[in-house]
Amino acid sequence: MRRLALIALPYAWLLALFLVPFLIVFKISLSDIATAIPPYTPTLDFRAGWQGIKDFFSELDFENFAFLATDSLYWKAYVSSLTIAFISTILTLLVGYPIAYGMASAPDHWRPTLMMLVILPFWTSFLIRVYSWMGILSTEGYLNQLLLGLGLISTPLTILNTPTAVYIGIVYTYLPFMILPIYSALERMDGSLLEAAEDLGCSRLTAFWLITVPLSKTGIIAGCFLVFIPVIGEFVIPSLLGGSQTLMIGKVLWEEFFNNRDWPVASAVAVVLLLILIVPIVLFQMNEQKSREAEQ
Amino acid sequence: MRRISWFNATSLTLGFAFLYLPMIILIIYSFNESKLVTVWAGFSTKWYGTLMSNQAFLDAALVTAKVALASSSIATVLGTMAALVLVRAGRFYGRTLFSGMIYAPLVMPEVITGLSLLLLFIGIGLDRGVFTIILAHTTFTMCFVSVVVSSRLVTFDRSLEEAALDLGCSPFDAFRLVTLPIIAPAVISGWLLAFTLSLDDLVIASFTAGPSSTTLPIKIWSAVRLGVSPEINALSTIMIGIVAAAVIAASLMTKRASLRQQADERAAVRA
Repeated sequence: MRRLALIALPYAWLLALFLVPFLIVFKISLSDIATAIPPYTPTLDFRAGWQGIKDFFSELDFENFAFLATDSLYWKAYVSSLTIAFISTILTLLVGYPIAYGMASAPDHWRPTLMMLVILPFWTSFLIRVYSWMGILSTEGYLNQLLLGLGLISTPLTILNTPTAVYIGIVYTYLPFMILPIYSALERMDGSLLEAAEDLGCSRLTAFWLITVPLSKTGIIAGCFLVFIPVIGEFVIPSLLGGSQTLMIGKVLWEEFFNNRDWPVASAVAVVLLLILIVPIVLFQMNEQKSREAEQ
Repeated sequence: MRRISWFNATSLTLGFAFLYLPMIILIIYSFNESKLVTVWAGFSTKWYGTLMSNQAFLDAALVTAKVALASSSIATVLGTMAALVLVRAGRFYGRTLFSGMIYAPLVMPEVITGLSLLLLFIGIGLDRGVFTIILAHTTFTMCFVSVVVSSRLVTFDRSLEEAALDLGCSPFDAFRLVTLPIIAPAVISGWLLAFTLSLDDLVIASFTAGPSSTTLPIKIWSAVRLGVSPEINALSTIMIGIVAAAVIAASLMTKRASLRQQADERAAVRA
């Protein structure tokens, strides 16, 4: 009895506020836009009895999905989100790995402080961290002032409102998600393996490629997914730093909903985004499962 | 002791400079006299003054605090229950769906969560306001709480609880007196995580908020879309300061607690 109550409460909460809303999104993605409240048709009318339910289902169709496939804006936005997510994951890995490596080889008594320094930005508001780059990257911003002052450039660079600014913003905000899993993989590594490799005539670089990288593989994979998956649906970074040049699907969904007030198309965009995300999410879960088994 | 190599020292220095410089610049320029944010015109705290007299920001801060307190507290109760179910309940009908619903919100794009909850609230005719933001935030933060708590529960030695039951405790008392104090650090960090996630959230709050319930991130958002402003720099500095103080205090507390535990263990070994 007590067990039943323990299961039932969180279960019912998640069903009502997580699963049911998705079914509603799916249903509305099959509806048509209308000038009414709510702004879509058909709406389910139980008062009309069985006939009402039948009418309701006969009016649902995949028109919005056909629209997404034919209008180049949408598939371009999906492709560009995936591309941006892929490139920024690689960039975050290239920036994050040396930091994680440096942390893992730092003296033991430094490590808690270094850990805290990596986690601290993660607790700080995401919006503020993205915003802090607006002042740095703008045409009259601090970076241009510095470069002009040093005489390295003669005309200010345009960085804000370009894809470059989006990449900088993503690497900056997602860096802790990359560093922490790699660090925890490297920390567990047995240092004597490297000494053995060097004794056997490996150069330090070869030892790094043959031993350190394979042993930190699960951390690298986990970090890459933790960056790649959320970046695909990212909204704040492309809106603040990307300007009108950067096309990302999270921004398209937001504008479709708030600016065009086209709820059925916004819902269809969400359903397709979810379908795209299923593959990396399943791969990520498999990697986590494998690393848990390896630990035991 | 190992000496740190040049390569590692350089990558750590550059890495942490990259992580911290933007925030340090933001803090410095919040004390700038000039309205032009990129031109230094002398030290001044006037932007903190204008911020404090801006009623709209104060109202938004109050709404945000209410939402964060309520949603993180409900999320901690529900999330801890969900963690107990995940780790302890064994098999039951619909378990796969349950764990799927716990893990999916962790990686779900916020635009999808926000859109789906808004469509639900409209579908059932619930007026949008503080209450709907609390419902939305509770739903996504409880999953984070349950992940944090369940990772602690997995390593928990159940024989302690069984001993309490053998000695005549009711199951609820055994949980309250034995299990809860042991998992308390995880529950507290789960609560803190839920609280900061709620404080920080822009996207889900934008979808689920009504016109009378603007939160601080929504307010900041509409201000920064127009560009950099000294008032927002001042607000950001206050928020960074609060978070930094809280994180440093929490890490000092856990360090002291672990030192005390080590001392206790040594004393127990001697006794």
